[in-house]
Amino acid sequence: MREGRAKDEISPVADRALRVLLPIGMLALGVALWEFVVRVGGIPPYVLPSPWLVFSTLVSDRALLLASLLVTLTTTLQGFLLAAVGGVGLAVLFNQSRLIEYSLYPYAVILQVTPIVAIAPLLLVYLPQQAAVLACAWIVAFFPVLANTTLGLNSVDHNLVDLFRLYGATRRQVLFDLKLPAALPYILGGLKIAGGLSLIGAVVAEIAAGSAGAGSGLAYRIVESGYRLNIPRMFAALLLLSLAGILIFFALSVLSHLMLRRWHESAIVREV
Amino acid sequence: MIRCDRNVPVDLSKSGPPVVALRGVGKSFANRVVALERLDLNVWPGEFVSLLGPSGCGKSTALRIIAGLSEPTRGKVEWREAQAARAAGARRIGFVFQEPTLMPWATVAANVRLPLKLAGLARDATARVDAALARVGLSGFAPSYPRELSGGMKMRASIARALVTEPDLLLMDEPFAALDEITRFRLNNDLLGLWETLGKTVVFVTHSVFESVYLSQRIVVMTRRPGRVFTELSVDAPHPRDESFRTSADYAGYCRRVSEALARASAATEEPPADS
Repeated sequence: MREGRAKDEISPVADRALRVLLPIGMLALGVALWEFVVRVGGIPPYVLPSPWLVFSTLVSDRALLLASLLVTLTTTLQGFLLAAVGGVGLAVLFNQSRLIEYSLYPYAVILQVTPIVAIAPLLLVYLPQQAAVLACAWIVAFFPVLANTTLGLNSVDHNLVDLFRLYGATRRQVLFDLKLPAALPYILGGLKIAGGLSLIGAVVAEIAAGSAGAGSGLAYRIVESGYRLNIPRMFAALLLLSLAGILIFFALSVLSHLMLRRWHESAIVREV
Repeated sequence: MIRCDRNVPVDLSKSGPPVVALRGVGKSFANRVVALERLDLNVWPGEFVSLLGPSGCGKSTALRIIAGLSEPTRGKVEWREAQAARAAGARRIGFVFQEPTLMPWATVAANVRLPLKLAGLARDATARVDAALARVGLSGFAPSYPRELSGGMKMRASIARALVTEPDLLLMDEPFAALDEITRFRLNNDLLGLWETLGKTVVFVTHSVFESVYLSQRIVVMTRRPGRVFTELSVDAPHPRDESFRTSADYAGYCRRVSEALARASAATEEPPADS
């Protein structure tokens, strides 16, 4: 029973409350300190805006910022979906054919290890801007899905593989009834990483795209505000970006929990 | 090399040719380990036969070869006519692994249904699954997930899955080795009950002398690696057997004889085992 408890001996209810309250408390403390430093130090807003100014900028510029958020989120979501489909699809393809795996896997790795910031300008040369941004989001996000799915497909219980063989299962049955369900926890783990990365990919591409004008995303707003020394708006856009990241991570965690809660160890709360 | 009693079936050969026979079967692996050498084994219809031997003697390999999960490198496997015609995948075999080997993402019912699903037998599958679960005493657990079951119950589910296709031959690879003694005894009794009522042929691999005597009509004692048949003993105690047999002098006598045979079999190979 002991080993189930965390480092400090506290009741589960108190533990849960602390998990929520402590980060909020830290946030409040940090914001208060920030506000205090700005006011007492008389720091001008173009150097460091106070939290209150950031918040009021967020409210006053909401039309512009929310439109940009929508653009970035759309790109992120599209990149993420392409990464999910592409990553899982490639992993399945690799799993089915060794020749294809040998031929393509090295290039997937090269695509992954080459910094996206360096690829983005090139993509912008060859592709229309929207497609280039999307391609960036996809390139960054697909590899963890591919790597995790591959690991999952190869981690199937050997006895279960034998069992399927014994009953004369077709390749299709082995894939859909055995390998993919067994790989599901790994796939979901990969998707969780890909969610955050597709946002990063979208942001990097938007920044590389630079002065693209209307219909631009949050990252572009940050660059633009920087040129105009509109630091409060920069902070407001940054705040929205991290909220978007948190939202994506949270949504994927919920999805993972819902899909695994009945059977996988990772999603099961043990009673101690 | 000792070849005593080899291939001399105890007179259980009631009805015609063996269900399956291994003829001079040898198996060596890519790492040069010779698991089996000139193994001859007849499995007669309706019998309960145990393969008994020290760990690593290749008895599991022999079972996998019978199941068609592994190809012999020498010799051959002969099936009774009706079975021979079928492809390996469609032979009526049930296999119970050392571990329960259930799909953790599927309910008990879905796990038991799997062989029917793979064979494309959707018709009255639910009724057959229910019947198989009832046979092993898991009727109330159809919607449960494997992780919600105890070790013994998982093994019962695994047995139900092996029986759901009504196989002629049931192959069991040390199925109860990981269970505690109380559970193992109960599953031994339930397995005997199933065998007596269903009349399947059972090949049971074990390294437990006591388990093999309690369950089997015939015990095939194997040597250390490379595995081959050292001797065969028959256990003539009548079925049905129950706990009173387990405590009888008869049982103790059989166990002693089988233990001695196993000790001689283990000593019969000059070559030390490569691993355990």
